[in-house]
Amino acid sequence: MTDTEAKRILEALLLVSDKPLLLEQARETIGADFQETDLRRALLEMAEEYAAANRGMRIVEVAEGFQLVTDPELYPYVTRLTHRVKTVRLSRPALETLAIIAYRQPLTRVEIEQVRGVDASGVLDTLLKFNLIKVTGRKEVVGRPLLYGTTREFLDHFGLKSLENLPTLEELKAMAGPVAPVPAGEPNEPVNESTNPQSAAQAD
Amino acid sequence: MSYKVKLEIFEGPLDLLLHLVKQNHLEIAQIPIAQITDQYLKYLELMQALDLEIAGEFLVMAATLMQIKSRMLLPPEVLTPEEAEEPDPTQELIQRLLEYQRFKQAAELLSTMEKNRFVQLSRPAAPDGAAAAETEELKEASLFDLLNAFSLFMKGQVSRELFHEVIKDEFTVEEKTEILRNLIQDRGKLGFSDLFGAAKNTLEIIATFLALLELIRLKEIVVRQAQHFGEILILRNTDELKTTA
Repeated sequence: MTDTEAKRILEALLLVSDKPLLLEQARETIGADFQETDLRRALLEMAEEYAAANRGMRIVEVAEGFQLVTDPELYPYVTRLTHRVKTVRLSRPALETLAIIAYRQPLTRVEIEQVRGVDASGVLDTLLKFNLIKVTGRKEVVGRPLLYGTTREFLDHFGLKSLENLPTLEELKAMAGPVAPVPAGEPNEPVNESTNPQSAAQAD
Repeated sequence: MSYKVKLEIFEGPLDLLLHLVKQNHLEIAQIPIAQITDQYLKYLELMQALDLEIAGEFLVMAATLMQIKSRMLLPPEVLTPEEAEEPDPTQELIQRLLEYQRFKQAAELLSTMEKNRFVQLSRPAAPDGAAAAETEELKEASLFDLLNAFSLFMKGQVSRELFHEVIKDEFTVEEKTEILRNLIQDRGKLGFSDLFGAAKNTLEIIATFLALLELIRLKEIVVRQAQHFGEILILRNTDELKTTA
């Protein structure tokens, strides 16, 4: 089988997959002529070809696989036809909880709550329901609490290739820098009017 | 009667502290505990005055802050050897705030990635419920079956509140009827739970359900199920011509 033939098959497989196509699945389907690394290279080449030709579709590497998606620029047209608008965006508490799980996994509910300082059970239920996290086991301490980790669906939801593609917490620290410059000389200067909770609440 | 409102501005005590740090143009590492404690307590008073529900975590943090503040007022030699041995509570709090802030940044990043991902559409998954019921004999579902399915569905909806709405829409039954009509024409059939998949809130779910009842009344669609209390299928009514002009 030639590379061209393999690419033709891969393109067809991408079209019919409703989840990112895993290299393992692709290799099983195509047969022994190709290694997963060959297929990955072929898919990356195809992705470049699509982009270079400015096709209406793109091939993206996501969630440990590859997926055929519409060009984001065409989003308004596509949704006009399908009414299929993805409106479910995660709330800030859900995103924060997911971030903690993504970086610290596996960890328990109590460990999550220690970081955020609030109850996490409701958010965890939602994340479990949406299959963004899963129970990965139990921690061998008193009460054997459940341990949580992220799923492949999590990678898919955020368009991540793998967990390694998340920036490290150190990188995040470098990106953000200090919250605001400290007033020189008098860091403990008296409270000004704008810190009055009444006026702040009204501003909100 | 007092109506308790869940406070949305600050998710928890750490959020409130980070807010105060930002508002005072401070750095977390140099947080002036005495000043921040006073402001923190003022916020709690305000929340109480507005009759907002205050989570227990806020009170625990208030106690911690006051403990740190009172300890700072004492000269170091007054501390018992055990107290002196303990890790500095101010430093512990600073570490917690720094750590939490880091994860808030990570959450921001995830939010951006989510937005970028959402404009890439891919092939939708096949509705699995519909495919499985293909060969089974289908009975007509009654209004009570529908109401039962609806109330079961609504019970599972509390957590939907955790998601915000991107677009604030008014949902009318007319609009929903039109959307549902088109959907059924395109696909031929739908599972009951598929109806609400993209619904943003309870109002939209209710509007969709009323639209479903309307289309049944117009005999444009029929509802069937393989067995009682089984998944309800919504099918295009092919037995008779539609009544729409």
